[in-house]
Amino acid sequence: MIFLDHLRDYFSPREVVNTSPRVSDQVKCTTCYMCACRCGIKVHLRDGAIRYIEGNRDHPVNRGVICGKGAAGIMQQASPAKLTKPLRRVGERGSGEFREIEWDEALATAIDWLAAIRATDPKKLAFFTGRAQSQSLTGYWAAQFGTPNFAAHGGFCSVNMAAAGMYTLGGSFWEFGEPDWARTRLLVMFGVAEDHDSNPIKIALSGLRRRGAKFVSVNPVRTGYSAIADEWIGIRPGTDGLFVLSLVHELLKADRIDIDYLGRYTNAGWLVIQAPGAADHGLFARNENGEPLLLEPSGSLASGVAPGISFRLIGDAVLPDGRRAVPVFQLVAERYLDPSYAPERVAETCGIPAVTIRRVAAEMARTAFEDEIELAVPWTDWAGRRHQTMRGRPVSLHAMRGISAHSNGFQTCRALHLLQILLGTIDVPGGWRYKSPHPKPAPPGPKPAGRPEHVAPGKPLPGIPLGYPLSPEDLILDTEGEPFRIDKAFSWDAPIAAHGMMHMVIQNAWKADPYPVDTLFMYMANMAWNSAMNTAETMRMLRDKDPATGEYRIPRIIYSDAYYSETVAYADLVLPDTTYLERWDCISLLDRPIGSPDGPADSIRQPVVTPDRDVRPFQDVLIEIGARLDLPGFVTPEGEPRYPGGYADYIVNHERRPGVGPLAGWRGADGENAGRGAPNPHQLERYIANGCFWKHELPEEQLYFKHANKAYLETAVRMGLIDNPAPIVLQLYVEPLQCFRLAGQGYGSVLPPSTHRERIATYFDPLPFWYMPFEEARIDRTDFPLHALTQRPMQMYHSWHSQNAWLRQILGSNRLFVNRAVGRAMGLNEEDWVWLSSHRGRIRVPTKLMDGVNPDTVWTWNAIGKHAGAWNLDPDAPEFRKGFLLNHLISELLPPDRGYDFANADPITGQAAWYDLRVRIDRATPAEADIALPLPKTPAHPASLRPPPAILRYFAGARHEGSAQ
Amino acid sequence: MTSLPEPQLGQKKLGLVIDLDICVGCHACATACKEWNASGHMGPLPDFSPYGDSAWGVWFNRIHSFEEGNGEGARTIHFPKSCLHCEEPACVTVCPTGASYKRAEDGIVLVNEAICIGCKLCSWACPYGAREFDADEGVMKKCTLCIDRIYNEHLPPEDRQPACVMVCPVNARHFGDLGDPHSDVSELVARRVGGDLMPELGYKPVNKYLPPRTARMATAAPVVPAPTDDGSAGDRMLRWVDRLLSR
Repeated sequence: MIFLDHLRDYFSPREVVNTSPRVSDQVKCTTCYMCACRCGIKVHLRDGAIRYIEGNRDHPVNRGVICGKGAAGIMQQASPAKLTKPLRRVGERGSGEFREIEWDEALATAIDWLAAIRATDPKKLAFFTGRAQSQSLTGYWAAQFGTPNFAAHGGFCSVNMAAAGMYTLGGSFWEFGEPDWARTRLLVMFGVAEDHDSNPIKIALSGLRRRGAKFVSVNPVRTGYSAIADEWIGIRPGTDGLFVLSLVHELLKADRIDIDYLGRYTNAGWLVIQAPGAADHGLFARNENGEPLLLEPSGSLASGVAPGISFRLIGDAVLPDGRRAVPVFQLVAERYLDPSYAPERVAETCGIPAVTIRRVAAEMARTAFEDEIELAVPWTDWAGRRHQTMRGRPVSLHAMRGISAHSNGFQTCRALHLLQILLGTIDVPGGWRYKSPHPKPAPPGPKPAGRPEHVAPGKPLPGIPLGYPLSPEDLILDTEGEPFRIDKAFSWDAPIAAHGMMHMVIQNAWKADPYPVDTLFMYMANMAWNSAMNTAETMRMLRDKDPATGEYRIPRIIYSDAYYSETVAYADLVLPDTTYLERWDCISLLDRPIGSPDGPADSIRQPVVTPDRDVRPFQDVLIEIGARLDLPGFVTPEGEPRYPGGYADYIVNHERRPGVGPLAGWRGADGENAGRGAPNPHQLERYIANGCFWKHELPEEQLYFKHANKAYLETAVRMGLIDNPAPIVLQLYVEPLQCFRLAGQGYGSVLPPSTHRERIATYFDPLPFWYMPFEEARIDRTDFPLHALTQRPMQMYHSWHSQNAWLRQILGSNRLFVNRAVGRAMGLNEEDWVWLSSHRGRIRVPTKLMDGVNPDTVWTWNAIGKHAGAWNLDPDAPEFRKGFLLNHLISELLPPDRGYDFANADPITGQAAWYDLRVRIDRATPAEADIALPLPKTPAHPASLRPPPAILRYFAGARHEGSAQ
Repeated sequence: MTSLPEPQLGQKKLGLVIDLDICVGCHACATACKEWNASGHMGPLPDFSPYGDSAWGVWFNRIHSFEEGNGEGARTIHFPKSCLHCEEPACVTVCPTGASYKRAEDGIVLVNEAICIGCKLCSWACPYGAREFDADEGVMKKCTLCIDRIYNEHLPPEDRQPACVMVCPVNARHFGDLGDPHSDVSELVARRVGGDLMPELGYKPVNKYLPPRTARMATAAPVVPAPTDDGSAGDRMLRWVDRLLSR
């Protein structure tokens, strides 16, 4: 036995494992930047290196979790694609040939170029940023510079949702609202890519599943969130609006709508003038104070803003001038009861059986009206009336880019909001809730600045160049009525382009239409690659020279990025930025904060590690340039830099209005104020001590009915979130749209040109309607029989994650996913190569068959394909050899219409319609297989990029200090 | 040939319970595992050709996505897979040096790098593909169940969980003692009828998987129009004519 025991010892030698090694010597909180979600993170440092990054359990956004991207932040910091020095181009654009320069030279060059523009014609500067999360600074800077030509990437991403929501509700899906995750019983999600927002949705879906609430996903592709839905509805792309209006039809037909809610909180009773041929047809009938009117049972008219009035939903009113008017609700009912919205009539178009449409309508009705929620929470409404309970209808909707990125996205999003309102589910228990700082008034303000009279040499604009026009008088047009902005936002091309039209800048600047620019200044926007439609042409435009002068058609390009992205190679001057772990930032209430339905919140980033190369935070650089250009907001009256401490100084001390600055927390000299208060010199310390975020939790009585809740509205005014405590009336019928429509019909003083009249008159319908997306309507549908979409994978966001050594192992190349039955019928096998053609061009791509995709749809992962040599990847990298972008196939312009080049965009907001793409598949011959076309030319690397290692052996601190054998 | 510890009554069996019903395939558990373990007990976890063609590294946790079924009941499944810390692990018994071993005190299967000769027999023996060879150091590596977290006195008690469990945004991963029938994880497995991966092989995995629930289609009857309705839009409007509202 002793012998055997010895033998066992021999075969099972004991390893002494140190189970309590030192984890980290420092932990710093900050905010993640691996996507748009803005989660709170804790960065653990050991011997100065990042040991690991984890979610901050106290943080309101992510409550301790992070995602696949956030947990790979170490590799973003370790990337060899990090720029290391300012660069000045020496080769041709696109060659990647640069000379390294010092910051003194870089800043002097930029200031030299910009000062000349500002002194002569400030609009010759086009300043466009990407996913910067610092738009309140960049927009302010543009306004101080005096150029109207500013926008961020919203025009590419989600302006249809933002604008439709703001004009209808004073809030919107995603950023300004969310389902009541804790109480909803039925969630219907439309076109949500696997982010927006990432962790809150995942946390919430998990909760829904545990509670047994039902989750229906309406999406052409069954991946990600759709994979765990109780029911997946694989809709045909671009038809969601029709599906939703058919649900509305069913609910109206069965009288399963919340009439009381409509009366209390919406404009359902407001009278609409019925006088076809008159200049005010379709506008609200108003009294002498400008207040909309209601029809009392007696037939007399009453002010629509007074409380307690009893009024009709249906009926003809006679106005004092003898003309007829009818309530909004009557127009709603007339339109959507029409049999053209019956499930049988829309089923084929939507690719959804009529029986399914009926069933979803029935489930919504049953959940809304039979599972009603009543919370024993007393509250006081806007008119001072006390209510003992809060009643709610637990049906919630959420929507994102599958709705937004179509040319019918604005009206489709309006249709979703119409459905929500009819069910009485806006800001009620179990429904959909505003995220602070919303609700804001609907229709919204302010109006965009940047009209010709606002733009003059050496002068700032009187406001921010983005905003919300309410009538044709608010458009940004030149004296001839032509577009005045370089992107043609707020022109008749896209009157409500509230986020600008970044996707049109390069095309228009190249064409000098409406005028040439001098300098294109971009930040964190990969516009030479995946943030452009028609990518190859975009790169050509950036390289194109005027043969008469030999100069580039876009004379100067300044670009700031932390990494060697595709766009860097096209810049003349490169200002290298830091990573997100190396700088100050603020996620501001003035911009896109992290507020929740439970109250306002904002947050900061703080430097966690020190840059090991000659780079500077872009925001610091922008503030310094602003001061050296003497922009009024960036210098003191004495002409000294106003924020010598850079962005951190600005975050603390900048005041947009008295007492209102970038951060809302710990304001006032003693840090006791929330929302409004004097700058607090110790504000950042307070944020850091609190985990780099601030939140204000609203008391229970303010948590719902915020649009009509007296206590909430008064709190919001006190905190500076809104200007007055008037109730926010939900707009079933959006009068500003009718103002534009009337102009399209020839009424008013500011009229569209003849090329645009019919378009404006058609699409600016004050009630939502569905129309076929433009590309589909114009191309030969038998020639291009399929829809083509991209989806964003959960573990990657934007092109910048291909440089992440861990994330690119998970997804280093993409395939075109084809419905299995459709693919088989075409003779496709699992891994064939095909030609994918659109009316714009063709690319060769590898395929994969799958079942969970709408049969009329093919799709792939977004932004995986890379320009060879960019991001300091090996030229043989699969991102280049096998990865591809659909962007090559998407035109930024529609085929000419009456001689006019309209953008491939929503006609109301100008949102880029990249989900409208139609394609054809042709099998590629075997000889053609193995590499994706087109093949962008390999640029050189700046010499200062660090060589990528052959083997990465990441280990933070001293190795195996804790383990012993 | 390496022996296993003598089975004990009430043996502690630490492991994971993974809920396939709620996993959305976000890869958070995979990258959180990678970042913790890169600088952890078995670190580094090297990545070869990290910025080139065929980048390939050592990962202790990988997600496989696939489709299952046809028609209305069809699903997309995201399947996270790591070492299952089997009760009868062939990867241990096959080891010629004793480097691959199962801990008596908690059942965690580990590799003692100091005496691993990199022969890869264990990776051939593991039917789940859970072993990861570090070609840089020439040793086998694998999931440690975050042995340097779960007992780590430098961490607050609530953080003494594997990194993959801590990070999971949908709460699809649970950690605990599957040897204790009354533990939270054991009760969860019982309630949700969790099971073993490939039980027919007889390795008795400790980790359990909770199956996806069947899709719940709606059962609501169609909404019924009001009874007086003759079906015309104009007629349907009539029912609201006398409705009075108040603001």
